[in-house]
Amino acid sequence: MTALHLEFDVAGNNFVSAGSASDEVKKTLKMLGVDPAFVRKVAIAMYEGEINMVIHAGGGKAVVDIFPDRIVIVLEDHGPGIPDIELAMKDGYSTAPDAVRDLGFGAGMGLPNMKKYTDSMNIESTVGEGTTVTMVVNFAR
Amino acid sequence: MTIDSIIQALGARIINIEDPKREITAGYCGDFLSNVISKAPADSVWFTVMNNQNVAAVQTLADIALTVICEGVEPDATLAARVKERGLNMIVTDLGVYEAVRKI
Repeated sequence: MTALHLEFDVAGNNFVSAGSASDEVKKTLKMLGVDPAFVRKVAIAMYEGEINMVIHAGGGKAVVDIFPDRIVIVLEDHGPGIPDIELAMKDGYSTAPDAVRDLGFGAGMGLPNMKKYTDSMNIESTVGEGTTVTMVVNFAR
Repeated sequence: MTIDSIIQALGARIINIEDPKREITAGYCGDFLSNVISKAPADSVWFTVMNNQNVAAVQTLADIALTVICEGVEPDATLAARVKERGLNMIVTDLGVYEAVRKI
């Protein structure tokens, strides 16, 4: 069976449209009859990834492939990159500017949430070139 | 407990209410959106003082039934518009978060 393939452009520094790609994916999964527990995991992980691109990377691209048994989400940006991924993964560690904290972000829980709510997450990042995050959520129990 | 019984208990102002009879089965208080989206259960009531458009995104994605903005904080114009557009349930109360939760 072929996958359902979706692509989204995520605009940088635009909090009005932030979350719209995640919302589209959530709606699609619901329409496909995916168990709401899995839909919620995908929505949380993808929203966090989307917000990261909005805050840190000047936007990017989200490529989503939905298979009968899993979803694969690839978030690609050409932002500043992550110098120390291990540090960035720590609960509570954040480099978000104050203006972004005022909006309710910057708790340092974005990447930890993405890891927590996915079955696998891989980060490839080169400083000065950008970051690619690949996340998989399996629908099978 | 339903949304309309919460509105009554708090004497809250309505920003938008689509389904007053929706059943609330849990609650969450918080302003850091990453915590809210991951910890607020589906069908819950969320107490916050956040008032920007990201509140609507979090409410939608986490299936939060009702958002209560506390301390008399008004949603900004973009949030109010978005809540109506998306058919989300949102109210405002002059009470603080603690007092609001106590009343429920």
